[in-house]
Amino acid sequence: MKTGSSPKEKAIQFLFKYGAIALLALIIFYFSTVSDAFLTYGNFSDIMRSISIVTLLALGVTFTLVVDGFDLSVGSTMSLSTVVTASLMVWYDMPLWLVLLLPLLIGVLAGAVNSFLIVVLGIPDLLATLSMMYIVAGLHRTYTEGYSIYNNMPLTSGGTAPGQLSDAFLWIGQGQMLGLPVPVWIMVVLVLASYLILNHTRWGRVLYMTGGNAEAATLSGVNVKKVKFTAYVVSGIFASMAGILFTARVGSGQIDAGAPLMMEAVAAVFVGYSVLGAGKPNALGTFFGAAVIGILLNGLTILNLPYYAFDIIKGGVLVAALAVTYVYAKKKFSKS
Amino acid sequence: MEHPVLEMTAIRKSFGNVTALEQAQFSLQRGEVHALLGVNGAGKSTLMKILSGVYSQDEGEITLNGSPLWLRSPKEAKEHGIYTVYQEVDTAIVAELSVAENILLDTFAGGSSFFISQKKLYDDARRVLKELQSDNIAVGQKAADLTLAEKQLVLIARALVHSAKIIIFDEPTAPLSLHESAKLFSVIEGLKAQGVGCIFISHRLPEVFEISDRITVMAEGKWVQTFDAKAASQEEVVESMLGAKLSNELVHREHEIGAPQLTVEGLSDEGKLENLSFGAAAGEIVGIVGLVGAGKTELAKALFGESKLTSGTITLGGKLLKLKHPSDAIKAGIALVPEERRKEGLFVQESLSANASFPNLRRFSPKFFMDKRAERAFAKDIIGRLQIKTDNTETPLIHLSGGNQQKVAIGKWMSLDSRLYLFDEPTKGVDIGAKVDIFKLIRQLASSGKSCVYFSSEIHEAIGISDRILVMYNGQIVKEFSRQEATQERILLYASGGKEERSENRQQPEREGHTVSV
Repeated sequence: MKTGSSPKEKAIQFLFKYGAIALLALIIFYFSTVSDAFLTYGNFSDIMRSISIVTLLALGVTFTLVVDGFDLSVGSTMSLSTVVTASLMVWYDMPLWLVLLLPLLIGVLAGAVNSFLIVVLGIPDLLATLSMMYIVAGLHRTYTEGYSIYNNMPLTSGGTAPGQLSDAFLWIGQGQMLGLPVPVWIMVVLVLASYLILNHTRWGRVLYMTGGNAEAATLSGVNVKKVKFTAYVVSGIFASMAGILFTARVGSGQIDAGAPLMMEAVAAVFVGYSVLGAGKPNALGTFFGAAVIGILLNGLTILNLPYYAFDIIKGGVLVAALAVTYVYAKKKFSKS
Repeated sequence: MEHPVLEMTAIRKSFGNVTALEQAQFSLQRGEVHALLGVNGAGKSTLMKILSGVYSQDEGEITLNGSPLWLRSPKEAKEHGIYTVYQEVDTAIVAELSVAENILLDTFAGGSSFFISQKKLYDDARRVLKELQSDNIAVGQKAADLTLAEKQLVLIARALVHSAKIIIFDEPTAPLSLHESAKLFSVIEGLKAQGVGCIFISHRLPEVFEISDRITVMAEGKWVQTFDAKAASQEEVVESMLGAKLSNELVHREHEIGAPQLTVEGLSDEGKLENLSFGAAAGEIVGIVGLVGAGKTELAKALFGESKLTSGTITLGGKLLKLKHPSDAIKAGIALVPEERRKEGLFVQESLSANASFPNLRRFSPKFFMDKRAERAFAKDIIGRLQIKTDNTETPLIHLSGGNQQKVAIGKWMSLDSRLYLFDEPTKGVDIGAKVDIFKLIRQLASSGKSCVYFSSEIHEAIGISDRILVMYNGQIVKEFSRQEATQERILLYASGGKEERSENRQQPEREGHTVSV
């Protein structure tokens, strides 16, 4: 039975639906009053570019969370993809199409191994992907022997590396198109594509329903194993795309590029739960979550807040978003 | 009549602007079993929650032994000797503690002495269990290892420790086998003899009549009528619950049974099922009856491609089926309404329309993108066809009552033109209004030439709905009855592993009491 809405419940409902957006508006309003540099086209284009990599990672995590899984290994997969991408050009002087294709295959492989552990062996997702996080992180450091990869770097075997990162490749991370940075275009296209797939297509429906109740999905004719496999592979692909983008953005193959971004990506997805009352992982929310965190960090940087304090803010935003989502969920589902 | 122990009069309770109870009343004598009946939403639970201190009434009076009582918390209710045995026993049992500790939980959890004497604990527990004729339960074992029925007894024992005056049984028999129910009833008889007043809530009419002294019917938050159980008939009580006469449609049916559709031969699986053979024709409703644990659910799942078969064949419409996954079964034209609807049949956090469209997503996404308008139209269609009580196709199912949820679990198959429908305990936990609708729907499916297999442990319901009844016992089909031969007694005999010894002497008992399927 539905109870009447007390003012308190109305407030919670409002927070649940519009809280995240209101918070964002508040943040933007605040920073724009304290700094003239904040509310400019250039700054916002910077912010969008800075969140593009995290957003790609977070989209992958979104897919695994939709099927009621979790992927902690995306950061490591991204790191591996970063150094492999760079090494293919710097060490082996490969053509661009191979440079873009091979890291994606690595992402597919990482996702496939994850789903093998989870779906076939039955290891809980958190533990399986935690193990993979270590293994892949170790692999990528072993591959580069602990060094980052850059143009004309000296090789341990003597001499210098034969190749370098091509301009065409660097354009992916540093170029501009129609007044916006290329990474922003990539992010926008992938966010919209994920949104369309998850919310408006048959596949998305199957993914959400599988996550909602795997047993009922099976008895409705869904091959749950296949669906979960797909979600982890998609997550791996997004992680490797993030890696490629990172290499192109920075212009070198940094090691451990993905590790610090992983938790940020996860945070973005969970902040996204609270956008427009979704209460579940969703692509637009994920983008929004990444944007909230990105804008906040940008503003704090402008305010000259020390960088080591940023994690406190990130954590605070995450807690606030989760609190609104779960307090509401408790109210909503305890009533029937 | 002596003075009642409990008297609740003119109780009113509303939540926000929804009135849950109005002019509700109830009374209980010493040593009486008083059944409380009503369809879901009639206000039974709310009334009992007021009595057990979970809610407080807005208006109205409760008196206990003549003195007025105002309960502010469940703890206060217990202090006055009012205990509840919930259907979900696991919420009240501490699985890791021993039986004795569970029985005496409240005494030592809130007690004054720091040390607990294990010997005294065990002795006390044994004494109470003995009163319940249940001293076969070892007081030292972990509560986690008990059967559901034994856990219930532990909860009853817990109430007895505090010399309970009133015990509320909230659908206690729903999860029990017939044998366990019988045992529970003898325990309740024992409680009566000790002067404990028992309030008994159940959806199963035969047992209500078996155990109760009086029966009170509620509807829409109001008291409707109180019957003397010895003098009333099931039909009267049902009519008063429904507020209208049961339609005769449920009892008589003109039907034509067509060509054989389903043929199962020599079916065995890795677990329970052993060499089962049976069939179902177009337009036929085959009841498969067995007690809890007989293997009905296993059979339903085997027919739906959920389990590995070790031998046997399944043929549907002349085609031999190879079922590796439920999706194969669905493609072959089989639909399953599973026993555990919340766990296996539905996505309770999702909307009615998303649930309804799911088994046949392609129909609602012909060009890959979901056609949400078509989904809503279909949801509206099944809401109308199955008389689902909801105002909105987009409400999450969790807000619907059990009966309405079950209708969605059935309705979601209506977008596929299946040949064979498997219903596994479709009336479990469903109120009588919804039951009647579900029976009608199954009949309609049969009339339109579908084959239906109806798995149930509710024998009288199976007799009411089926054209033919197969009895399962221990993974095998042990007996087949035609609709005319089937009686509750004979089916129960076979279902509990017995056999009729002198079949030539058997007289055909009058079929009675089966017309009301509640």
